[in-house]
Amino acid sequence: MADTAPSLEDLLVAVGREQDRLAFGALFGHFAPRLKTYLRRLGCESGAAEELVQEVMLLVWRRAETYDPAQASASTWVFTIARNKRVDSLRREQRPEIDPSDPALVPEADEPADRRVEARQSNDRLRAALKDLPPEQAELLRMAYFEDKPHSVISAEHGIPLGTVKSRLRLAMDRLRKALRDVA
Amino acid sequence: MSLPSHHPGDTLLIDYAGGALCEGASLVVATHMAFCPCCRRMVGEMEAVGGALLDDLEPDSVSPDCLDALLARIDRDESLRPPPCRPALQPPAPQRPAHTPTTAARPIIPEPLRGYLGGGLEGKRWRFLQPGMAVIDLRTGSSAVTRLVRMKGGVAAPQHTHGDIELTVVLEGGFSDELGSFQPGDIAIGDPSIEHRPVADPEGCLCLSATIGGLRLTGPIGRILNRFMDF
Ligand SMILES: [Zn+2]
Repeated sequence: MADTAPSLEDLLVAVGREQDRLAFGALFGHFAPRLKTYLRRLGCESGAAEELVQEVMLLVWRRAETYDPAQASASTWVFTIARNKRVDSLRREQRPEIDPSDPALVPEADEPADRRVEARQSNDRLRAALKDLPPEQAELLRMAYFEDKPHSVISAEHGIPLGTVKSRLRLAMDRLRKALRDVA
Repeated sequence: MSLPSHHPGDTLLIDYAGGALCEGASLVVATHMAFCPCCRRMVGEMEAVGGALLDDLEPDSVSPDCLDALLARIDRDESLRPPPCRPALQPPAPQRPAHTPTTAARPIIPEPLRGYLGGGLEGKRWRFLQPGMAVIDLRTGSSAVTRLVRMKGGVAAPQHTHGDIELTVVLEGGFSDELGSFQPGDIAIGDPSIEHRPVADPEGCLCLSATIGGLRLTGPIGRILNRFMDF
């Protein structure tokens, strides 16, 4: 690790294990400007977006201990924190989620051992697959993630028939899943 | 327990994973996920898509004070914490009271629904809706009416259609309608194009439903009841 820059995952693990402030500063440098764009796309003006970026990054600091690089890439993990925080702050709603340690969870029939691809590599493959998506699929996908509108509302507001919205999102997801699951 | 056969599907799961789905509908989807390892995996993949999309966003300049202000907050935070003499690893979670699927009291209420019910169904007051049908209203924000619905065996809900969308997940027993037969874990999706009349299976039915945009009763009596009843 001496001659290559540490990955975002390495940085996040260092924050979790050692409260490493330099690592945290580097994470902030990568994520804060993107989180600001995310929150502005969701309707925050600049000042409010920066305040919320601070809140999200504070949660990143506090929860870094619980980050598991085998489960998710750093970007995925930060995305879920930002998503939950903006639902809470901008919409004043809770985010209902399963509890992975709930004994009432119905377990997987047989846990395939080789399914755990390294999360960071899968993030690279996903980004490559995103670039290859037909523009109309990529555009809808961004709306779905960045506009706080369920697909039915996207359909109505943009005058795209509901069936078209659904099929484009499905086609996009099929290709992205393939990129995630088919490890060459 | 067999795995569910009716799933939310890609588009609804993307709405959930991206955070666009309102709290009530999200609660129904998350409850289905407790029954469905397949949809749990799909949502995990969709969150990874969210992470990749976040990475690809054009960065916006953040004022240089932002990080300093945050580090100052972290300093204050740390000074309030107890001294770091405890081990870094968290102690194992306290043993939960018996909610183990095999031994627990029926029905099994998974998280996050259990939290919304304050732990379970014991001592909850059911509100009468029609003979053989009672509900418990849940607080899930203003965009959806979210409730637990209990129907006695053979009881039919009034025929209706939907203002926008109605999501229902079965917790115990089951019901059938024009679209199929729904068993524990199965999710049923109603929209304005669907008119249906769910009938509880002989053993009765306990389900969770979230309705966005209201319901419209469409049967001959329902048209009159629309004006009086709180469906
Ligand atoms: Zn499912």
